[in-house]
Amino acid sequence: MINKQSNVYTIVYITMLVVVVGAALALTAMSLKEKQDDNARADKMGQILQAVRLTSPRDRVISDFQKYITDQFVVNSAGQKVDGAEAFGIDVAAEAKKPVGERLLPVYVCAIPDAGTKYILPLAGMGLWGPIWGYVSFDADGSTIYGAFFDHQGETPGLGAEIAKPQFSDQFQGLSVEKDGVFTPVTVVKNGQKPDGAGDYVDGISGGTITSLGVASMLDDCLTPYKAFLESISEN
Amino acid sequence: MADKINYKEVFFNPLSKDNPVIVQVLGICSCLAVTAKLEPALVMGLSVIAVLAFSNVIISLIRNTIPTNIRIIVQLVVVAALVIIVNQLLLAYAYDVSKQLSVFIGLIITNCILMGRLEAFAMGNKPWPSFLDGVGNGLGYAWILVVVGFFRELLGSGTLMGCQVVPQSWYDAGYANNGLMILPPMALIVVACVIWVHRTRNPELQEKA
Repeated sequence: MINKQSNVYTIVYITMLVVVVGAALALTAMSLKEKQDDNARADKMGQILQAVRLTSPRDRVISDFQKYITDQFVVNSAGQKVDGAEAFGIDVAAEAKKPVGERLLPVYVCAIPDAGTKYILPLAGMGLWGPIWGYVSFDADGSTIYGAFFDHQGETPGLGAEIAKPQFSDQFQGLSVEKDGVFTPVTVVKNGQKPDGAGDYVDGISGGTITSLGVASMLDDCLTPYKAFLESISEN
Repeated sequence: MADKINYKEVFFNPLSKDNPVIVQVLGICSCLAVTAKLEPALVMGLSVIAVLAFSNVIISLIRNTIPTNIRIIVQLVVVAALVIIVNQLLLAYAYDVSKQLSVFIGLIITNCILMGRLEAFAMGNKPWPSFLDGVGNGLGYAWILVVVGFFRELLGSGTLMGCQVVPQSWYDAGYANNGLMILPPMALIVVACVIWVHRTRNPELQEKA
Protein backbone atom coordinates (compact mmCIF):
# COMPACT_ATOMS: atom_id res chain seq x y z
CA MET A 1 0.00 0.00 0.00
CA ILE A 2 1.36 3.42 -0.97
CA ASN A 3 1.61 6.07 1.72
CA LYS A 4 -0.68 8.77 0.36
CA GLN A 5 0.52 11.32 2.89
CA SER A 6 4.18 11.15 1.84
CA ASN A 7 5.82 14.10 0.11
CA VAL A 8 6.94 11.96 -2.82
CA TYR A 9 3.40 10.79 -3.45
CA THR A 10 2.06 14.34 -3.26
CA ILE A 11 4.66 15.72 -5.67
CA VAL A 12 4.27 12.90 -8.18
CA TYR A 13 0.48 13.17 -7.94
CA ILE A 14 0.29 16.90 -8.58
CA THR A 15 2.87 16.70 -11.38
CA MET A 16 0.85 14.04 -13.18
CA LEU A 17 -2.37 15.98 -12.67
CA VAL A 18 -0.89 19.17 -14.10
CA VAL A 19 0.53 17.32 -17.12
CA VAL A 20 -2.82 15.69 -17.86
CA VAL A 21 -4.76 18.94 -17.40
CA GLY A 22 -2.22 20.89 -19.43
CA ALA A 23 -2.47 18.40 -22.30
CA ALA A 24 -6.29 18.55 -22.22
CA LEU A 25 -6.26 22.34 -22.33
CA ALA A 26 -3.69 22.48 -25.12
CA LEU A 27 -5.75 20.03 -27.14
CA THR A 28 -8.95 22.06 -26.68
CA ALA A 29 -7.24 25.33 -27.52
CA MET A 30 -5.64 23.89 -30.66
CA SER A 31 -8.75 22.19 -31.97
CA LEU A 32 -10.93 25.28 -31.47
CA LYS A 33 -8.39 27.88 -32.53
CA GLU A 34 -9.51 28.13 -36.15
CA LYS A 35 -13.14 28.72 -35.23
CA GLN A 36 -12.22 31.25 -32.54
CA ASP A 37 -9.99 33.15 -34.97
CA ASP A 38 -12.83 33.24 -37.49
CA ASN A 39 -15.11 34.68 -34.82
CA ALA A 40 -12.51 37.26 -33.81
CA ARG A 41 -12.07 38.27 -37.46
CA ALA A 42 -15.83 38.58 -38.00
CA ASP A 43 -16.05 40.60 -34.80
CA LYS A 44 -13.33 42.97 -36.03
CA MET A 45 -15.15 43.36 -39.35
CA GLY A 46 -18.33 44.24 -37.47
CA GLN A 47 -16.47 46.88 -35.46
CA ILE A 48 -14.98 48.41 -38.62
CA LEU A 49 -18.44 48.58 -40.20
CA GLN A 50 -19.86 50.24 -37.08
CA ALA A 51 -17.41 53.11 -37.62
CA VAL A 52 -19.33 53.90 -40.82
CA ARG A 53 -22.67 53.61 -39.02
CA LEU A 54 -23.43 50.12 -40.34
CA THR A 55 -24.58 47.41 -37.96
CA SER A 56 -24.60 43.92 -39.43
CA PRO A 57 -26.03 40.84 -37.80
CA ARG A 58 -23.41 38.21 -37.04
CA ASP A 59 -24.29 35.93 -39.97
CA ARG A 60 -24.07 38.73 -42.54
CA VAL A 61 -21.03 40.57 -41.25
CA ILE A 62 -18.48 38.96 -43.56
CA SER A 63 -20.53 39.47 -46.72
CA ASP A 64 -21.34 43.05 -45.69
CA PHE A 65 -17.67 43.73 -45.07
CA GLN A 66 -16.77 42.46 -48.51
CA LYS A 67 -19.60 44.48 -50.02
CA TYR A 68 -18.87 47.86 -48.43
CA ILE A 69 -15.11 47.81 -47.86
CA THR A 70 -13.84 48.33 -51.39
CA ASP A 71 -10.13 48.63 -50.66
CA GLN A 72 -7.69 48.29 -47.80
CA PHE A 73 -4.07 49.32 -47.79
CA VAL A 74 -1.26 50.43 -45.50
CA VAL A 75 0.37 53.85 -45.47
CA ASN A 76 3.34 55.30 -43.61
CA SER A 77 3.46 58.57 -41.71
CA ALA A 78 4.45 60.40 -44.92
CA GLY A 79 1.15 59.34 -46.44
CA GLN A 80 2.71 56.95 -48.98
CA LYS A 81 1.36 53.49 -49.58
CA VAL A 82 3.46 50.66 -48.20
CA ASP A 83 3.62 47.65 -50.50
CA GLY A 84 3.34 44.08 -49.33
CA ALA A 85 1.53 44.73 -46.05
CA GLU A 86 -1.98 43.52 -45.39
CA ALA A 87 -4.10 46.11 -43.59
CA PHE A 88 -6.47 43.71 -41.81
CA GLY A 89 -3.70 41.64 -40.25
CA ILE A 90 -1.84 44.55 -38.67
CA ASP A 91 -1.74 44.69 -34.89
CA VAL A 92 -2.65 48.33 -34.33
CA ALA A 93 -1.87 48.22 -30.62
CA ALA A 94 1.68 47.03 -31.37
CA GLU A 95 2.14 49.67 -34.08
CA ALA A 96 0.99 52.42 -31.71
CA LYS A 97 3.96 51.66 -29.45
CA LYS A 98 6.49 52.28 -32.24
CA PRO A 99 7.97 55.69 -33.14
CA VAL A 100 5.66 57.54 -35.55
CA GLY A 101 8.06 57.27 -38.49
CA GLU A 102 8.18 53.46 -38.33
CA ARG A 103 4.47 52.74 -37.94
CA LEU A 104 2.44 50.81 -40.46
CA LEU A 105 -0.90 52.59 -40.72
CA PRO A 106 -3.88 50.58 -42.04
CA VAL A 107 -6.60 52.32 -44.04
CA TYR A 108 -9.96 50.81 -45.01
CA VAL A 109 -11.80 52.43 -47.91
CA CYS A 110 -15.53 52.11 -47.72
CA ALA A 111 -18.12 52.98 -50.36
CA ILE A 112 -21.56 53.64 -48.93
CA PRO A 113 -24.48 54.16 -51.28
CA ASP A 114 -25.72 57.79 -51.08
CA ALA A 115 -22.94 58.78 -48.70
CA GLY A 116 -19.83 58.43 -50.88
CA THR A 117 -16.37 57.21 -50.06
CA LYS A 118 -15.26 56.96 -46.43
CA TYR A 119 -11.81 56.25 -45.01
CA ILE A 120 -11.73 54.18 -41.84
CA LEU A 121 -8.68 54.46 -39.57
CA PRO A 122 -8.02 52.19 -36.60
CA LEU A 123 -7.07 53.44 -33.12
CA ALA A 124 -5.49 51.73 -30.13
CA GLY A 125 -4.69 53.04 -26.67
CA MET A 126 -5.00 52.48 -22.95
CA GLY A 127 -7.96 53.06 -20.66
CA LEU A 128 -7.95 52.76 -16.90
CA TRP A 129 -7.79 48.96 -16.57
CA GLY A 130 -6.60 47.78 -19.93
CA PRO A 131 -6.53 48.30 -23.68
CA ILE A 132 -9.12 50.39 -25.49
CA TRP A 133 -9.46 50.60 -29.24
CA GLY A 134 -11.68 52.01 -31.91
CA TYR A 135 -12.22 53.01 -35.52
CA VAL A 136 -12.88 56.47 -36.90
CA SER A 137 -14.20 57.09 -40.39
CA PHE A 138 -13.55 60.25 -42.40
CA ASP A 139 -15.41 61.81 -45.30
CA ALA A 140 -13.59 62.17 -48.61
CA ASP A 141 -12.52 65.70 -47.58
CA GLY A 142 -10.05 64.10 -45.16
CA SER A 143 -11.12 66.15 -42.16
CA THR A 144 -14.79 65.59 -41.31
CA ILE A 145 -15.56 62.59 -39.10
CA TYR A 146 -18.37 60.46 -40.47
CA GLY A 147 -18.62 57.99 -37.61
CA ALA A 148 -16.70 56.42 -34.75
CA PHE A 149 -16.66 53.19 -32.81
CA PHE A 150 -14.92 52.46 -29.51
CA ASP A 151 -14.50 49.34 -27.47
CA HIS A 152 -12.55 48.23 -24.44
CA GLN A 153 -11.31 45.13 -22.74
CA GLY A 154 -12.15 45.70 -19.11
CA GLU A 155 -13.27 49.24 -18.29
CA THR A 156 -15.70 49.65 -15.38
CA PRO A 157 -19.30 48.91 -16.42
CA GLY A 158 -21.46 52.01 -16.15
CA LEU A 159 -18.42 54.29 -16.02
CA GLY A 160 -15.46 53.91 -18.39
CA ALA A 161 -17.24 51.15 -20.30
CA GLU A 162 -19.72 53.75 -21.55
CA ILE A 163 -17.24 54.67 -24.30
CA ALA A 164 -18.50 51.61 -26.17
CA LYS A 165 -22.05 52.98 -26.26
CA PRO A 166 -23.46 54.93 -29.20
CA GLN A 167 -24.32 57.83 -26.85
CA PHE A 168 -20.58 58.45 -26.62
CA SER A 169 -19.36 57.55 -30.08
CA ASP A 170 -22.21 59.31 -31.92
CA GLN A 171 -20.95 62.63 -30.55
CA PHE A 172 -18.06 62.38 -33.01
CA GLN A 173 -20.24 62.49 -36.11
CA GLY A 174 -19.69 65.66 -38.11
CA LEU A 175 -16.75 66.94 -36.07
CA SER A 176 -13.63 68.10 -37.87
CA VAL A 177 -9.97 67.40 -37.21
CA GLU A 178 -8.94 70.60 -38.94
CA LYS A 179 -9.34 74.08 -37.52
CA ASP A 180 -8.11 77.11 -39.51
CA GLY A 181 -5.89 74.91 -41.61
CA VAL A 182 -4.22 73.29 -38.60
CA PHE A 183 -4.53 69.54 -37.87
CA THR A 184 -6.10 69.11 -34.43
CA PRO A 185 -7.44 65.68 -33.47
CA VAL A 186 -10.75 65.80 -31.59
CA THR A 187 -10.28 65.91 -27.82
CA VAL A 188 -12.42 64.67 -24.97
CA VAL A 189 -13.15 67.05 -22.09
CA LYS A 190 -15.18 66.92 -18.90
CA ASN A 191 -18.87 67.64 -19.25
CA GLY A 192 -19.52 71.36 -19.59
CA GLN A 193 -15.90 72.34 -20.05
CA LYS A 194 -14.10 73.56 -23.15
CA PRO A 195 -10.60 72.59 -24.27
CA ASP A 196 -7.71 75.07 -24.35
CA GLY A 197 -7.31 74.93 -28.11
CA ALA A 198 -9.82 75.83 -30.78
CA GLY A 199 -10.35 72.26 -32.03
CA ASP A 200 -13.56 70.26 -31.89
CA TYR A 201 -14.27 68.25 -28.74
CA VAL A 202 -16.76 65.84 -27.23
CA ASP A 203 -18.01 65.45 -23.68
CA GLY A 204 -16.23 62.82 -21.61
CA ILE A 205 -17.92 60.33 -19.34
CA SER A 206 -18.78 61.32 -15.79
CA GLY A 207 -16.99 58.95 -13.45
CA GLY A 208 -14.91 57.65 -16.33
CA THR A 209 -12.34 60.42 -16.48
CA ILE A 210 -9.26 58.23 -16.92
CA THR A 211 -10.93 56.26 -19.71
CA SER A 212 -12.11 59.49 -21.36
CA LEU A 213 -8.58 60.89 -21.19
CA GLY A 214 -7.39 57.58 -22.65
CA VAL A 215 -9.71 58.08 -25.61
CA ALA A 216 -8.41 61.64 -26.06
CA SER A 217 -4.77 60.61 -26.04
CA MET A 218 -5.56 57.63 -28.28
CA LEU A 219 -7.16 59.97 -30.83
CA ASP A 220 -4.18 62.29 -30.67
CA ASP A 221 -1.60 59.53 -30.81
CA CYS A 222 -3.22 57.43 -33.53
CA LEU A 223 -4.67 60.11 -35.82
CA THR A 224 -1.64 62.43 -35.94
CA PRO A 225 0.47 59.92 -37.95
CA TYR A 226 -2.30 59.93 -40.58
CA LYS A 227 -1.99 63.72 -41.03
CA ALA A 228 -0.09 63.45 -44.32
CA PHE A 229 -2.45 60.77 -45.63
CA LEU A 230 -5.60 62.75 -44.75
CA GLU A 231 -4.16 65.83 -46.43
CA SER A 232 -3.38 63.83 -49.54
CA ILE A 233 -6.97 62.59 -49.89
CA SER A 234 -8.36 66.08 -49.42
CA GLU A 235 -6.22 67.28 -52.33
CA ASN A 236 -7.64 64.71 -54.72
CA MET B 1 -19.83 3.04 3.87
CA ALA B 2 -22.18 5.84 4.74
CA ASP B 3 -25.97 5.59 4.80
CA LYS B 4 -27.70 4.63 1.64
CA ILE B 5 -28.01 7.71 -0.55
CA ASN B 6 -31.42 8.80 -1.70
CA TYR B 7 -30.77 9.74 -5.33
CA LYS B 8 -34.01 11.62 -5.56
CA GLU B 9 -33.12 13.89 -2.67
CA VAL B 10 -29.60 14.40 -3.97
CA PHE B 11 -31.01 15.69 -7.23
CA PHE B 12 -34.12 17.58 -6.12
CA ASN B 13 -33.08 19.15 -2.81
CA PRO B 14 -30.78 21.71 -4.42
CA LEU B 15 -33.63 22.85 -6.66
CA SER B 16 -35.74 24.05 -3.78
CA LYS B 17 -35.23 23.17 -0.11
CA ASP B 18 -31.43 23.32 -0.27
CA ASN B 19 -31.04 25.74 -3.14
CA PRO B 20 -27.48 27.10 -3.37
CA VAL B 21 -28.58 30.65 -4.20
CA ILE B 22 -31.77 31.31 -2.28
CA VAL B 23 -31.22 29.09 0.76
CA GLN B 24 -27.45 28.83 1.14
CA VAL B 25 -27.00 32.27 -0.49
CA LEU B 26 -23.90 31.25 -2.45
CA GLY B 27 -22.82 32.44 -5.89
CA ILE B 28 -24.54 35.79 -5.45
CA CYS B 29 -21.90 37.90 -7.18
CA SER B 30 -22.34 36.28 -10.58
CA CYS B 31 -26.08 36.50 -10.00
CA LEU B 32 -25.76 40.29 -9.86
CA ALA B 33 -23.47 40.53 -12.81
CA VAL B 34 -24.96 38.45 -15.58
CA THR B 35 -28.70 38.74 -15.07
CA ALA B 36 -29.42 42.10 -16.72
CA LYS B 37 -30.42 40.10 -19.81
CA LEU B 38 -31.95 36.64 -20.07
CA GLU B 39 -29.56 35.20 -22.64
CA PRO B 40 -26.28 35.63 -20.71
CA ALA B 41 -28.07 34.38 -17.58
CA LEU B 42 -29.09 31.24 -19.45
CA VAL B 43 -25.61 30.63 -20.86
CA MET B 44 -24.03 31.29 -17.48
CA GLY B 45 -26.45 28.81 -15.88
CA LEU B 46 -25.65 26.14 -18.48
CA SER B 47 -21.91 26.76 -18.05
CA VAL B 48 -22.14 26.32 -14.29
CA ILE B 49 -24.20 23.12 -14.69
CA ALA B 50 -21.58 21.69 -17.04
CA VAL B 51 -18.61 22.67 -14.89
CA LEU B 52 -20.24 21.55 -11.67
CA ALA B 53 -21.40 18.17 -13.01
CA PHE B 54 -18.07 17.27 -14.61
CA SER B 55 -15.88 18.53 -11.78
CA ASN B 56 -18.02 16.60 -9.29
CA VAL B 57 -17.63 13.41 -11.35
CA ILE B 58 -13.89 13.85 -11.87
CA ILE B 59 -13.19 14.63 -8.22
CA SER B 60 -15.39 11.74 -7.16
CA LEU B 61 -13.49 9.36 -9.48
CA ILE B 62 -10.11 10.34 -8.09
CA ARG B 63 -11.28 11.02 -4.52
CA ASN B 64 -9.47 8.03 -3.05
CA THR B 65 -6.14 8.93 -4.62
CA ILE B 66 -6.03 12.62 -3.69
CA PRO B 67 -3.45 13.39 -0.95
CA THR B 68 -5.46 15.11 1.81
CA ASN B 69 -3.04 17.99 2.29
CA ILE B 70 -3.38 19.22 -1.30
CA ARG B 71 -7.02 18.30 -1.93
CA ILE B 72 -8.18 21.93 -2.33
CA ILE B 73 -5.44 22.55 -4.88
CA VAL B 74 -6.45 19.44 -6.82
CA GLN B 75 -10.09 20.57 -6.77
CA LEU B 76 -9.10 24.02 -8.01
CA VAL B 77 -6.97 22.62 -10.83
CA VAL B 78 -9.86 20.46 -12.04
CA VAL B 79 -12.39 23.30 -11.82
CA ALA B 80 -10.05 25.81 -13.47
CA ALA B 81 -9.34 23.42 -16.35
CA LEU B 82 -13.05 22.80 -16.95
CA VAL B 83 -13.85 26.51 -16.81
CA ILE B 84 -11.17 27.27 -19.38
CA ILE B 85 -12.54 24.55 -21.65
CA VAL B 86 -16.07 25.99 -21.33
CA ASN B 87 -14.70 29.45 -22.09
CA GLN B 88 -12.89 28.15 -25.17
CA LEU B 89 -16.06 26.44 -26.38
CA LEU B 90 -18.06 29.64 -25.92
CA LEU B 91 -15.44 31.64 -27.82
CA ALA B 92 -15.75 29.16 -30.66
CA TYR B 93 -19.52 28.64 -30.73
CA ALA B 94 -21.18 31.58 -28.93
CA TYR B 95 -18.79 34.49 -29.44
CA ASP B 96 -21.23 37.32 -28.71
CA VAL B 97 -22.52 35.83 -25.48
CA SER B 98 -18.98 35.06 -24.45
CA LYS B 99 -18.10 38.74 -24.96
CA GLN B 100 -21.05 39.78 -22.80
CA LEU B 101 -20.14 37.36 -20.03
CA SER B 102 -16.48 38.44 -20.32
CA VAL B 103 -14.75 37.77 -17.01
CA PHE B 104 -17.67 36.06 -15.33
CA ILE B 105 -17.09 32.71 -17.02
CA GLY B 106 -13.55 32.80 -15.63
CA LEU B 107 -14.97 33.71 -12.25
CA ILE B 108 -16.94 30.43 -12.13
CA ILE B 109 -13.67 29.12 -10.68
CA THR B 110 -14.23 31.22 -7.57
CA ASN B 111 -17.94 30.44 -7.33
CA CYS B 112 -18.50 29.16 -3.81
CA ILE B 113 -21.07 26.61 -4.98
CA LEU B 114 -18.37 24.66 -6.84
CA MET B 115 -15.83 24.32 -4.07
CA GLY B 116 -18.67 23.73 -1.64
CA ARG B 117 -20.07 20.78 -3.58
CA LEU B 118 -16.65 19.29 -4.31
CA GLU B 119 -15.55 19.45 -0.70
CA ALA B 120 -18.89 18.51 0.87
CA PHE B 121 -20.17 15.91 -1.57
CA ALA B 122 -17.84 14.67 -4.31
CA MET B 123 -14.96 13.95 -1.92
CA GLY B 124 -17.11 11.42 -0.11
CA ASN B 125 -19.46 9.95 -2.69
CA LYS B 126 -19.41 7.77 -5.77
CA PRO B 127 -19.42 9.28 -9.29
CA TRP B 128 -23.10 8.74 -10.13
CA PRO B 129 -24.59 10.48 -7.06
CA SER B 130 -21.89 13.15 -7.45
CA PHE B 131 -23.03 13.72 -11.01
CA LEU B 132 -26.67 14.05 -9.86
CA ASP B 133 -25.59 16.39 -7.08
CA GLY B 134 -23.65 18.53 -9.57
CA VAL B 135 -26.49 18.75 -12.07
CA GLY B 136 -29.00 19.39 -9.28
CA ASN B 137 -27.01 22.23 -7.74
CA GLY B 138 -26.22 23.64 -11.18
CA LEU B 139 -29.91 23.61 -12.06
CA GLY B 140 -30.75 25.15 -8.69
CA TYR B 141 -28.35 27.98 -9.50
CA ALA B 142 -29.45 28.29 -13.12
CA TRP B 143 -33.18 28.55 -12.53
CA ILE B 144 -32.72 31.41 -10.08
CA LEU B 145 -30.52 33.19 -12.63
CA VAL B 146 -33.13 32.68 -15.32
CA VAL B 147 -35.96 33.96 -13.11
CA VAL B 148 -33.95 37.04 -12.13
CA GLY B 149 -32.82 37.58 -15.73
CA PHE B 150 -36.40 37.22 -16.96
CA PHE B 151 -37.77 39.95 -14.71
CA ARG B 152 -34.80 42.28 -15.12
CA GLU B 153 -34.82 42.11 -18.92
CA LEU B 154 -38.62 42.32 -19.16
CA LEU B 155 -38.99 45.31 -16.83
CA GLY B 156 -35.63 46.94 -17.56
CA SER B 157 -35.43 46.68 -21.34
CA GLY B 158 -38.91 45.56 -22.42
CA THR B 159 -37.35 42.62 -24.25
CA LEU B 160 -36.85 38.88 -23.73
CA MET B 161 -33.87 37.10 -25.30
CA GLY B 162 -33.36 40.36 -27.22
CA CYS B 163 -36.85 40.32 -28.80
CA GLN B 164 -39.20 43.20 -28.11
CA VAL B 165 -42.17 41.97 -26.04
CA VAL B 166 -43.57 45.19 -24.61
CA PRO B 167 -45.64 46.57 -27.49
CA GLN B 168 -44.88 50.00 -28.92
CA SER B 169 -48.43 51.12 -28.09
CA TRP B 170 -47.59 50.88 -24.37
CA TYR B 171 -44.61 53.19 -24.82
CA ASP B 172 -46.82 55.58 -26.78
CA ALA B 173 -49.27 55.51 -23.88
CA GLY B 174 -46.56 56.61 -21.47
CA TYR B 175 -45.03 53.33 -20.26
CA ALA B 176 -41.28 53.56 -19.70
CA ASN B 177 -38.64 50.90 -19.12
CA ASN B 178 -37.40 50.86 -15.55
CA GLY B 179 -33.73 51.78 -15.96
CA LEU B 180 -33.05 50.76 -12.36
CA MET B 181 -33.79 47.13 -13.24
CA ILE B 182 -30.66 46.81 -15.36
CA LEU B 183 -28.42 48.13 -12.58
CA PRO B 184 -26.81 45.57 -10.22
CA PRO B 185 -28.72 46.55 -7.03
CA MET B 186 -32.00 45.37 -8.54
CA ALA B 187 -30.56 41.88 -8.97
CA LEU B 188 -30.19 41.67 -5.19
CA ILE B 189 -33.71 42.96 -4.66
CA VAL B 190 -35.17 40.49 -7.19
CA VAL B 191 -33.23 37.65 -5.52
CA ALA B 192 -34.58 38.84 -2.16
CA CYS B 193 -38.12 38.73 -3.55
CA VAL B 194 -37.54 35.17 -4.79
CA ILE B 195 -36.25 34.20 -1.31
CA TRP B 196 -39.31 35.83 0.26
CA VAL B 197 -41.75 33.89 -1.94
CA HIS B 198 -39.76 30.70 -1.41
CA ARG B 199 -39.72 31.00 2.38
CA THR B 200 -43.40 31.83 2.53
CA ARG B 201 -44.12 28.62 0.65
CA ASN B 202 -41.68 26.56 2.75
CA PRO B 203 -42.33 27.46 6.40
CA GLU B 204 -39.80 24.88 7.58
CA LEU B 205 -37.03 27.15 6.20
CA GLN B 206 -38.03 30.04 8.47
CA GLU B 207 -35.93 30.53 11.57
CA LYS B 208 -37.75 30.30 14.89
CA ALA B 209 -38.20 33.74 16.37
